[in-house]
Amino acid sequence: MKHEKAKKFGMVIDLDKCTGCGTCMVACMAENNVPFREDDTDKLISVAWMRVYRLTNGKPFPHTEECFLPRPCMQCEGHDGHSPCVSVCPATATDYDMSTGIVSQIYTRCFGCRYCMAACPYHVRQFNWWDPLWPEKMTESLNPDVSVRMRGVVEKCSFCIHRYQTATQKANLEGRRELEEDEYQTACTQACPAGAITFGDLNNPGHAVHQMVKPDPNHGGRPKNPKAFRLLERLGTNPKVYYLSSRKWVRRAGDNYIRQEGSQNHS
Amino acid sequence: MFPFSFEWIWDAGHMVFMGGLWYALTIMGLGVTYCIIKAAVDASGENDGNHH
Amino acid sequence: MDSALIPKGVKRCPTWQFVLWIGAVSGVLLWGVVAMVLIYFKGLNQTNMNNAYGFALWIWADLAVIALGGGAFFTGFLRYLVGKDELKNIVNYAVLVGFCCYVSALMILGFDIGQPLRGWFIFWHANVHSMLTEVAFCLSAYLGVLTIEYIPLILENRQINKVPFFHHLAHNMHEIMAVFAATGAFLSFFHQGSLGGVPGVLFARPFGYRTGVFVWPWTFFLFTWSAAACGPCFTIFITKLTEKIVGKKLVKDNVIELLAKISGWMLTGYIIAKIIDTVYWATVTAPSKGFAFMDFYTNNPGSIYGIWILIAEIGICGVIPAAILITDRGRKSKTALWLAVLLAIIGVCLNRWVMVLQVLAVPVLSFESWFTYFPSWQEIATTILPVALGTIVVSLSYRYLPVFPQERELNPYEPAADDVLEPETQELAEAELKPAQA
Repeated sequence: MKHEKAKKFGMVIDLDKCTGCGTCMVACMAENNVPFREDDTDKLISVAWMRVYRLTNGKPFPHTEECFLPRPCMQCEGHDGHSPCVSVCPATATDYDMSTGIVSQIYTRCFGCRYCMAACPYHVRQFNWWDPLWPEKMTESLNPDVSVRMRGVVEKCSFCIHRYQTATQKANLEGRRELEEDEYQTACTQACPAGAITFGDLNNPGHAVHQMVKPDPNHGGRPKNPKAFRLLERLGTNPKVYYLSSRKWVRRAGDNYIRQEGSQNHS
Repeated sequence: MFPFSFEWIWDAGHMVFMGGLWYALTIMGLGVTYCIIKAAVDASGENDGNHH
Repeated sequence: MDSALIPKGVKRCPTWQFVLWIGAVSGVLLWGVVAMVLIYFKGLNQTNMNNAYGFALWIWADLAVIALGGGAFFTGFLRYLVGKDELKNIVNYAVLVGFCCYVSALMILGFDIGQPLRGWFIFWHANVHSMLTEVAFCLSAYLGVLTIEYIPLILENRQINKVPFFHHLAHNMHEIMAVFAATGAFLSFFHQGSLGGVPGVLFARPFGYRTGVFVWPWTFFLFTWSAAACGPCFTIFITKLTEKIVGKKLVKDNVIELLAKISGWMLTGYIIAKIIDTVYWATVTAPSKGFAFMDFYTNNPGSIYGIWILIAEIGICGVIPAAILITDRGRKSKTALWLAVLLAIIGVCLNRWVMVLQVLAVPVLSFESWFTYFPSWQEIATTILPVALGTIVVSLSYRYLPVFPQERELNPYEPAADDVLEPETQELAEAELKPAQA
């Protein structure tokens, strides 16, 4: 079989466009059969693969500024696929796929030790504290392509990997080996009314994500676009979710800096 | 844990880790087996009237 | 009533008193069992853990009891491999306490996993690169070693020892105990270390992450070192506590002092290494990730995680006990010795708390704030459950097994009439005690 170039699926979220409406969260929950409870107000014990954070520049009125930051799984590559969560899982229940760059989670393998949650600084990984129960009629609207999870296991955003599998199968049936850019898109990308989320293959110069951030392969995918940044880049997690912002304070909020460190953008 | 579980790879990590583990378990197993067999032999010798 | 089971030549409290004591402890045990049933049937929603605090009281308890149970491997190592012969008088108890600690650890780990029926996956689908895998394997295997070390003691029970096979088995196991002790030391080195590796390898958690050598972060070595230093302190503490409870001396002072001295020097070395590690982490590792040292100790709710925690851990509970234990006067003073072992125990427990829970409490994303947690009663009860179980095992062992070889010598005792009536020769009674000293 012809050797294909490995893909590196990634996401670019333009924070200048994001209104914080939460459609991405809703779309994600519906697409991925994410369980919810009657009272889901405590966000520390509820499950949401996509979560929208509200950031503020901390200045008093009238200089107060806000920014909404949607946070899916960062699909960290770390150093050669040594992402923070994958290397710590004792039961090999999570894996970094070198052919897609996606960090998978095998729900039936996970036994719920939660070490991966401790390893992830983004709080992307969430635990099923309760049995997932849907209101009776709602079970009919569950997505048949995504397995529901059981109590006691960790789950996380998968970049809608089932959509990639479906698209790949369809393409193979049509005798194609490569997917078009629009054939595999995540639910949040398609749902965003502001068009703030772009998804594609970071390794493919023809894809919009590549053109928007211009990842530098010599520096662990660091963006060459001065408006782009990644969350907690200094930790060496090497995430595949990029953010764009024209505001300096937003870009600076993406990482931690010691007070004396230059206030210039790190990119 | 075993070479026949599908995630097993014959790499340095598996050889060092599992090698160390099986080495320790083997020593423990052999040690206990030795003690049990010797105790049975000693006890049967005593029953035969050959006090040690 | 149970005098036929009690070792020859030692005095034990009346049966009713013992039953009352076991009954009281069983009450606590039952409370833990209720919580355990709730957790197994209803799941981990019975705890106060959350997605930010995925590791909490249980993991801390695991790390703490394993550190304290380190007295077993280190005393065994000193006794059988280094050849510190006097320690034969305390090694039985160290093994017994260690056994209880490790049973506790495995039990708590069983509660802590979301899918307990899949617990075996950690062995079957082992990821050899995970520190937790190493912990699970070495911990289980080492519990096997402790069981092997504990069995001969059980076989030395007055009645069991009458069976020739058991008598010889106990004797044979003592004969090759050095082999098991060496295996135990090997396994302990790795699982104590791996527990240190658990926070140390988290490169995306700047509070826990440490650089190191090859695949092992510095915390790997610090955890093994601190367990070897503070584990014996716990052995001394429990021995002294037992002496207080039963109201008699069980181990001679020179034995305690020897163990205290070794522990003191180990603690001194450890504290120096810990200080160096902390300075390097504070000035090089953490700043390279964008964190100033004081970021980890300020701006948290109620200042729970203040700098006091570091001062308490390294200064008060590290330097002070080390200074006491390395001086002859410190070891010989009853009060100072009590204080030193207590501080060392608190110090190592505090270290385990900090290295797991503070790691998760510290916000890493710049727009998040500190996370707080307080355990639910179910978590507390299930953490106390193994302590109650351990107390029962220790009480039963003390009553019916020759745990302390020096007890008879230190407490000359005129046997009661029913003991005298039993037709046993002095020779047999002597044989009972001998394997314990082997």
